[in-house]
Amino acid sequence: MIMFLIRKILWATATLAVASVLVFATLEIIPGDPAQVMLGINATDEAIAALRQDLGLNKPVLERYFSWIFGMLQGDFGNSYTYSVPVNELVADRITISLPLALLSLLLSTVIAIPLGLYSASRRGSLADTSIMALSQVGIAIPNFWLALLLVYFLAIWLQLVPAGGFPGWDAGFVVALKSLLLPTISLALPQAAILSRITRSALLETLGEDYIRTARAKGLSTGATIWKHGMRNAMIPVLTILGLQFAYLLAGTIIIENVFYLPGLGRLVFQAISLRDLIVVESVVMMLVATIIVINLIVDLAYLWVDPRLRHRSA
Amino acid sequence: MLDIDGLNLSIGDTPILKDINLSIEPGQILGIVGESGSGKSMTALSAMQLLPEGSKTSGSVHFNQHQLLDADDTLMQDLRGDDIAMIFQEPMTALNPVHTIGDQIAEGIMLHDRAERRDAMARTIGLMERVGLPVSRFPLTRYPHELSGGQRQRVMIAMACAQHPELLIADEPTTALDVTLQAQILQLLRSLVEEQNMGLILISHDLAVVAEMTDQLVVMRNGEIVDQGPTGSILRAKKHAYTAQLAEASSHIPERSQPPVLSELATEAGLAPLICGRQLIRDYPTKRSNLFTPAKPFRAVDGVDVTVYPGQTMGLVGESGCGKSTLARMLLALDPPTSGSIRFNDLELTTATVDELQAARRNIQVVFQDPFSSFNPRHKVERLVAEPLYLEPGLSVAEKQNRVVAALEEVGLQASALSKYPHQFSGGQRQRLAIARALITRPALIIADEPVSALDVSIRAQVLDLLTELRERLGLAYIFISHDLSVVKALCDEVLVMDTGRIVEHGNASDIFDNPQSAAAKMLVEATPDLERALQNRPSGSR
Amino acid sequence: MTGFFQTAMRNRSFATGFVITAMVVLMAAVSFLWTPYDVTDLDISAKLKAPGWSHWFGTDHFGRDIFSMIMVGARNSIAVALVAVIIGVGIGVPVGCWASARGGLLDEALMRGNDVIFAFPALLSAVMITAIFGPGAINAIIAIGIFNIPVFARLARGAALSLWPRDFIMAARAAGKNKTRITIEHIVPNMANLLIVQATIAFALGIIQEAGLAYVGLGTQPPLPSWGKMLNEAQTMMSFAPHMAIIPGLAIVITVVGLNLLGDGLRDVLDPRLVRKRD
Repeated sequence: MIMFLIRKILWATATLAVASVLVFATLEIIPGDPAQVMLGINATDEAIAALRQDLGLNKPVLERYFSWIFGMLQGDFGNSYTYSVPVNELVADRITISLPLALLSLLLSTVIAIPLGLYSASRRGSLADTSIMALSQVGIAIPNFWLALLLVYFLAIWLQLVPAGGFPGWDAGFVVALKSLLLPTISLALPQAAILSRITRSALLETLGEDYIRTARAKGLSTGATIWKHGMRNAMIPVLTILGLQFAYLLAGTIIIENVFYLPGLGRLVFQAISLRDLIVVESVVMMLVATIIVINLIVDLAYLWVDPRLRHRSA
Repeated sequence: MLDIDGLNLSIGDTPILKDINLSIEPGQILGIVGESGSGKSMTALSAMQLLPEGSKTSGSVHFNQHQLLDADDTLMQDLRGDDIAMIFQEPMTALNPVHTIGDQIAEGIMLHDRAERRDAMARTIGLMERVGLPVSRFPLTRYPHELSGGQRQRVMIAMACAQHPELLIADEPTTALDVTLQAQILQLLRSLVEEQNMGLILISHDLAVVAEMTDQLVVMRNGEIVDQGPTGSILRAKKHAYTAQLAEASSHIPERSQPPVLSELATEAGLAPLICGRQLIRDYPTKRSNLFTPAKPFRAVDGVDVTVYPGQTMGLVGESGCGKSTLARMLLALDPPTSGSIRFNDLELTTATVDELQAARRNIQVVFQDPFSSFNPRHKVERLVAEPLYLEPGLSVAEKQNRVVAALEEVGLQASALSKYPHQFSGGQRQRLAIARALITRPALIIADEPVSALDVSIRAQVLDLLTELRERLGLAYIFISHDLSVVKALCDEVLVMDTGRIVEHGNASDIFDNPQSAAAKMLVEATPDLERALQNRPSGSR
Repeated sequence: MTGFFQTAMRNRSFATGFVITAMVVLMAAVSFLWTPYDVTDLDISAKLKAPGWSHWFGTDHFGRDIFSMIMVGARNSIAVALVAVIIGVGIGVPVGCWASARGGLLDEALMRGNDVIFAFPALLSAVMITAIFGPGAINAIIAIGIFNIPVFARLARGAALSLWPRDFIMAARAAGKNKTRITIEHIVPNMANLLIVQATIAFALGIIQEAGLAYVGLGTQPPLPSWGKMLNEAQTMMSFAPHMAIIPGLAIVITVVGLNLLGDGLRDVLDPRLVRKRD
């Protein structure tokens, strides 16, 4: 089990290292001079030379890569070119929107999807099951930004229940801030909930076909108790995998959703940085998101250990 | 106690059971035998009311004073695991992998007796001891994957007997186990029946097993009971044609017209061996257990010598995991030995070039155990059987087809089979196809890995006859791998007994069976159920 | 093949999915020859018309006919998603098969490479790629396609690994066939069902992703219309021309539902376990 943990942590670190090379290399192979790209076509030669100096572009590639990495390890992400502030300040500011948004969406989609999926599986073939599955079929197909547009139209413009966009800041009061995150959360969560409920349903159905379910019934357990005690935990294994993937998807999804709702989060930051060609910000934020996802995958792996005792002994 | 009267069952529109009548008393062991599809498992499941969805039943199933057909769930849940318990065939999948064995055994006790967890666990310890899993070596916190198949089946038995059920149903409880484990499990079941005075319904495809175990016997075929009564008299009298046929098939010995090919005589006559493995060793890497010690490889085959002469049938027996299949793969040149040499005719296989190997492969072919997985389901027979002709490049399409038709005829199939897919054949026919595929390059040696153990007894007898007939007609040599001694005895000239990667005994087939020397061979011979012996051992004059 | 199609059409999911997908494809095909209006025609006098007789789906803020734009947009959605799937299958399947056939370090390395790609959320990286190399349909295809590769590689590897120990593969090896040949003759045909189902799912996802990229302005460039870009343009008109947002969105949803139903139906029809039950 310890071996399993060590291996997983080593792999996560290795993945992170490779990912950092990829991110670095992507920006490295931009056609043309990054300083030129960042400043645009009308820049003067002096400005470009100054920026090159600033960015350390005159140093060898390896040196720049390692100073970037070591900087990040010490929490120094460099300075944003357009905002002229340290990137970590920018990020610290924005993450208070993006992280709650992604976590709330994950929570909402889980709370909706898992009970629905389990209910559907236990009432397989019933009217409720068919309706839930038909609904989820449509849910999967809805792009979250379109759902966002519809929600804005019906709830914000028509009924004026919630703000259509913008974020007053957490200082404006918890409830007020939460209210402006409501529609973004729903638009991110519902399509994910549709996927998750289908996965939950099929995982449980698969489990219910196993021999040990028959053993449990032969022991005298009722249908409900059988599902609860013997079906659920086994069915959670594929659901966990999907939850991990969904968190990654939700983080990425914030990029678009924050644009729909004019939320000043990480996604919008990346976006603005891209259009302003502030590559240092892009590089750093992408790297941070990737690191988050790798850590989440590590947590999912640990959750497997908890759910499935077979894994605990694989290399112990 | 249990009384099934005029039971009919259909699933969808397919009738499964027709007019089943049987009953069992406390302390009695009732056997139900039949080949696959005979409805024996369904009969048992109807007593548990655990039939598949869409089942329609009529007639009656009485347990004590309860009518079980269409009984409501509450009643059945009270009875199941408390008064009627069941053991299933596949111990590997019948236990929940994510719960400890202690929890799984205690669950039923807590459910039916409303016992506290602590009391239930205390009783579980007693049960574990009873089924031969002392908690000092098998703590209750173990998970199923930490136990072997035999140990898991013991856990299943502990679980089933936890509430001292009046009736225990065991559906092929030992089919997935080695013969020595089978003997132990059957012994355990028999002693539990005596101790607790429960009724036991033992479902099996193996006449020898039921002859050893049961008082009453029911013979089923195609969903109907064809013969029933006291076990001894049924199996001795064999009044019913089907019973007689089953009995004959299960102890079938193919007739042979030529004397056995014995190594001693072959050496004297100066015959060169066909294939000869020397000091074969095969290691498999294992995962290292910690960072600092290198992983110790697992030695599957440990210094094995094997020699087969032309036309000889060599049996290779041993328990599962003893290394016989690994040895077979090495002899087939599919898996390179870690060390040792294999000479086929004059070619050293371990160092042969690809071209030399291709030529040798023409002479060594293979037949596998499972007739369902040995064919690519997407190809037609013509292509499937012709596959080894890849080793004879340059054949025209017509030549290939002629060869396929000839091979099919050798195994008793028609040319009309050419354009069919494998799923259109029965298990026995597929095994014939597999043999045809092996024959098509006219090999000198066929390695058969458990070729009949997945087949019903009557089909098994036919395939054994076919293999014998082909040997005599085509002068084939076989290496015949099996865990079933009765089959090896029926077919082989000589036998190698394997145990934990080593050959522990080698001799003439009849000598080994009549007078085994090594501990492993003795255990195998003793544990192998034998119909004749079982009938002789039944107290004469009793049922 | 006709026999297969007839059996398949008895499956409700397949039939519905097939009809929807066929309609979308037909619409896209017809758009090459004919659309009710020219999508590059700006007619300010007819701008922001609600759906009606002359313009079935209404017009946008430049007076362009939305129905015509949906037709041409379908072409674009299908092309991008389809090529992205082809990239995924074309690279992912060989890589997965190769990894499973060779095993050992190569396998480990390829699969870890997959994990690295998986760590980049597809959308984020697509945004990055298109941002750096410039927006446009080709870059959108590459961005989406790259993330199809690990999906198919993993699927192919898993399926191949479960096939390699099968007896019929052993028999083919005993017949002297090498791994490449066995992969082509036995492994790939037996995973075809899985691949087809996954391909329809990836196709559906590709349509949503393409729309997402186009919505943030990184997909197909003007003057060609695309569903995602139509939604982007609709956003500011939401309060007085909701049809501009509702119709392209519905087009996406219907197409994706159709493809998903087709995938579900295919899975049921092609499931080898069901085939075994039938005989």
